[in-house]
Amino acid sequence: MIRWLKRPATATQITHGQRLWLYALGGLVMLFLIAPTLIVIPMSFSDSQYLQFPPETWSLRWYESYFASPAWMSATATSFKAATLTCLLATPLGVAAAYGLFASQVRWAGAVYMALVTPLMVPLIFFAVAAFYLLARLQMVHSLAGLVLAHSILALPLVVVVVSSALKSYDMSQEQAARSLGASRLAAFFLVTLPQIRFAVVTGALLAFLTSFDEVIVAMFVSGGENATLTRNMFNALRDQIDPTIAAISTLMIIVTTTLLALAQLFGKSER
Amino acid sequence: MTERNRSKSLPISVGGVTKTYGRVTALDSVDLEIESGEFMTLLGPSGSGKTTLLMVLAGFTRPDCGSVRFGDAEVVRLPPHKRDLGMVFQSYALFPHMTVAENVAFPLRLRKVGKADRLARAERALQTVQLGGYGDRRIDQLSGGQRQRVALARAIVFEPRILLMDEPLSALDKKLRELMQIELRRLHERFGMTTVYVTHDQREALTMSDRIAVIDDGAIQQLGTPRAIYDHPANRFVADFIGESTILPVTRDGADVLFAGTPLRLAGPPPPGPVSLMIRPERLQLLSGADAADASFNRFEATAESIVFQGESYLMQARLADGQLVALRGGVRHDYDAVTPAPGDRVALGVHVEDTILLPGADGAREADDG
Repeated sequence: MIRWLKRPATATQITHGQRLWLYALGGLVMLFLIAPTLIVIPMSFSDSQYLQFPPETWSLRWYESYFASPAWMSATATSFKAATLTCLLATPLGVAAAYGLFASQVRWAGAVYMALVTPLMVPLIFFAVAAFYLLARLQMVHSLAGLVLAHSILALPLVVVVVSSALKSYDMSQEQAARSLGASRLAAFFLVTLPQIRFAVVTGALLAFLTSFDEVIVAMFVSGGENATLTRNMFNALRDQIDPTIAAISTLMIIVTTTLLALAQLFGKSER
Repeated sequence: MTERNRSKSLPISVGGVTKTYGRVTALDSVDLEIESGEFMTLLGPSGSGKTTLLMVLAGFTRPDCGSVRFGDAEVVRLPPHKRDLGMVFQSYALFPHMTVAENVAFPLRLRKVGKADRLARAERALQTVQLGGYGDRRIDQLSGGQRQRVALARAIVFEPRILLMDEPLSALDKKLRELMQIELRRLHERFGMTTVYVTHDQREALTMSDRIAVIDDGAIQQLGTPRAIYDHPANRFVADFIGESTILPVTRDGADVLFAGTPLRLAGPPPPGPVSLMIRPERLQLLSGADAADASFNRFEATAESIVFQGESYLMQARLADGQLVALRGGVRHDYDAVTPAPGDRVALGVHVEDTILLPGADGAREADDG
């Protein structure tokens, strides 16, 4: 330990010992960011009627309450359905858009790219209101299809951004080579281009799934009835009664989300 | 042209091919006949249109008008994957997610060749480029020269009758490039497919080609064998672009062509119209007193200005009586110090009548249209 403190941390000979304050600061910032999230985990194992920290007695009753409730189970199914369908819709569209912008090299490609990623920049509440009025016209409020459409618009830019950045380092002459060797454009894309951007595509798909799965604002406006999402029902439950079931559901969602994000990170890494 | 295996190659006929990008004319009504089995090089500076022409042959660029025929078949509307030609790219364009063998077998896989057969053929193709046994390697384990060979094996494994190459050696270092030039030439002799080779390197073009098409401004400036193009450039562009040259103004007096008032000795009758004189530095030589009366030379009095030692040769700049600079390149041997003049020395320069070349145009400028 002492020797480690005296060892240089960088090429400029600053030792780990001199860097301790930086490590401490980094640790504090990280704690500040993730503590609020982690605090719900012990709360979910509490025996108390109320959300309580730290819990005095422990139990799994709130997990039982969640899994035994038909309403929560239905909302969970909706959330998974919406997230899966969003993923299946936004990923191919996003990949096609990113590829098209990359391969066509038209002058206005930059403008189209900006237009495609605007949902990332518009405040979500504006988008939610707009989506509500549009879907109301189409009589699709509270329908699964309407929710999936709205979520896909939010997820599309993420896929476009991730896949576009992977394509930046891709040499398009490979596709020309494939075509000169006898592959149609479609075959060249599927045999040569897609395998090389597959990690970005998987990452984009995971992000699309999470965009829908974690989303609450748009879901508040456009989902409801038997197609209410998990997040929407959680939000309502928090407003009506403070029930530790929320903490149990939150814990499960944190697990799903972090697992998927970790997978996305892992895929991103292996792509170099 | 020697007789080649006809079944393994096809002639290419390009007629009136024009391609414009906005206001830029990349190809201006190009006509080119490439014989079956011929090694044809498209030589020109960047932006000359040589790559556009190759892309038209490959099918990646659709010309505005004109015709491209492989043998008897019109292919101008055929997409690249139906043209059945091999192509080697400047960047090699190997597929990094496949092994060497999978790369080479890729065109066979698209042609529905069975797995065992295609691996055997891929290995044979790898052997012809001297990479036998490399099939299991990953692409990123190969050196630049090896990647080049894999790209070549992939382009010839399905025995195409036409092979297109787009500056395939430009990324290699000089030694390797020269080795590969010889090897490409050997492969061409062996397989006999019609080969169209694009390069901006004039030495490469001279080394490898049966014929060279010198391209500039979207038009073929001259078409001919390496010797013909080097010895008798059609215009100033070709003279400048291929080899070194000094171009000097001359005047005409009836049948005579006068340089600085003295009639030039010529091998044949001069072309009509205004002309200028072109001299290759290595064909100009220092004359001793004894050569003075030799009628096979044109003789110029000059003053040596600078002499630069360049290893295998030296380059001398000399100023002629009328103030023009002329370059002379000579070989270097043990007696270099003794035989080369010093700056300021009076020298007598001679160029053989056969090497006294007249270019059309008063200032050596390109003709308006030489077809």
